[in-house]
Amino acid sequence: MKKLLNLLNENSRLTNAQLAVMLNKTEEEVASQIAAYEEAGIIRGYKTIINWEKVESYNKVTALIELRVTPKRETGFDTIAHRIMQFEEVESVYLMSGGFDLAVMVHGQSMQDIAMFVAKRLSTLESVLSTATHFVLSRYKEGDVILTTKNEDRRREYRE
Amino acid sequence: MIDYQSFLNKEITQIKPSGIRRFFDIASEMKEVISLSIGEPDFSTPWHVRQEGIKTLEQGKTWYSPNRGFTELREEICKWIERKYHVSYHADTDVLVTVGGSEAIDLCIRCLINPGDEVLIPEPSFVCYVPMTEMAKGKPVIIETKAEDQFRLTAKALREKITPKSKLLILPFPNNPTGAVMRREHLEEIAEVVREHNLLVLSDEIYGELTYGHSGHVSFAEIEGMKERTVLVNGFSKTYAMTGWRLGYAVGPEEILSPMTKLHQYAIMSSPTMAQYAAIEALRNGDEDIVSMREEYDMRRRLIVDTFNSIGLSCFEPEGAFYVFPSIKSTGLTSEEFCEKLLYAEHVAVVPGNAFGDCGEGFVRVSYSYSLNHITEALKRIERFIKSL
Repeated sequence: MKKLLNLLNENSRLTNAQLAVMLNKTEEEVASQIAAYEEAGIIRGYKTIINWEKVESYNKVTALIELRVTPKRETGFDTIAHRIMQFEEVESVYLMSGGFDLAVMVHGQSMQDIAMFVAKRLSTLESVLSTATHFVLSRYKEGDVILTTKNEDRRREYRE
Repeated sequence: MIDYQSFLNKEITQIKPSGIRRFFDIASEMKEVISLSIGEPDFSTPWHVRQEGIKTLEQGKTWYSPNRGFTELREEICKWIERKYHVSYHADTDVLVTVGGSEAIDLCIRCLINPGDEVLIPEPSFVCYVPMTEMAKGKPVIIETKAEDQFRLTAKALREKITPKSKLLILPFPNNPTGAVMRREHLEEIAEVVREHNLLVLSDEIYGELTYGHSGHVSFAEIEGMKERTVLVNGFSKTYAMTGWRLGYAVGPEEILSPMTKLHQYAIMSSPTMAQYAAIEALRNGDEDIVSMREEYDMRRRLIVDTFNSIGLSCFEPEGAFYVFPSIKSTGLTSEEFCEKLLYAEHVAVVPGNAFGDCGEGFVRVSYSYSLNHITEALKRIERFIKSL
């Protein structure tokens, strides 16, 4: 039923009836599979992909913060990661391989806002060794969706 | 004043212009039209295939290819056919790379047909067979396929149209516009008639890889004794979403392919070089692309068939291509009236069935080579339209 996840990932507004027809299942089977995915924590929620840059009077700034941290003896990076994800400014937290440890996506009202957040809240955390802040200047693609061009059908009826 | 009409070839002046154009013209004038009328994949050519085309340009390989097409490509075509349909052809003698499947169809008809020869053409079907036959001074003999037979060609219907002048049978399956396919048992039935009446067959299998819901496409050349009677036409347009590259091919007996190659050499010279390099990549490494596109089409197909049936436009389940062909007879409208009203009322464009032969009257062709979001919106509008009648 990975196809079901793929379909929902593409468009979570498809009805169970539509999904059932497409997957050659009954509506009940689809409903119970979705419930099972939700129960198992595989489906974590249903969101809309919005190109906020196009929304008037919306001025949010996003930054990617690289963190180098000291892991805890028992729990490794988990403790600090759990601590960081509690901040409501934080949109996502990843443990990374390579030159730094945690990648933290942060949003705020302004660059000043984010700078203050990093200076006062993140870098002051006990195990944080260093931070590097990269501001997002433009969004081209997000969550598999291309944001820069309108998804229009460029085919034309030339034939027949 | 020159009377150009008197200069023109008689056949070309008598060929009817395509009937669908008028709708496209109206639709293109309208804003916010949701079209379900396009006959080509909505996918772009897979990236690794496009990259081969780009590489070819970067390396400046912009010359002619051999008339028949690159040897490497012909070899890959043979391997592919062997892998899929278990029929073997010789790359040197039995294969011709053409400018789309359409050129192969034209060449085949022109090389086989003498004035007065009869060409058996099942309809509804793609619009080119009749005019090509007429240009070759052949006589098109239409065989109507019917909804109650799932628009398959039956041996009985074929037999009824055979005369001593019958020479060539066109087999356009999986079918545009109906989506009908011929399974092995149906092809075997036809093969019997072909043998009995010493016919040749032009099997247009351009949609072959888009076959759903059962064991997959069976080529007519696979049927016992049919390889030597069949010119098999296929191409890259539908299989790999490569319509704009203009590349197809014909395989068949050397004795037919050789004159086709001669004609191709004089009329076309050689098929596009860049496209041929890309096609080699597609044949070698494109099997997974076919599978994922087919799965996507299949899901849309189920949704669209189910919706049409539930809103009262009865629609047999097509097993191939990317079209459904619902009956609109319950509305009391003709195909053209239906399409025109739907276009004006809900700004949805579909193609009247009679554009594919008179027996397509009472049906419309709906393409599902569109994104799911596009399809669901269009279906919503069609449902509203049906309720308003």
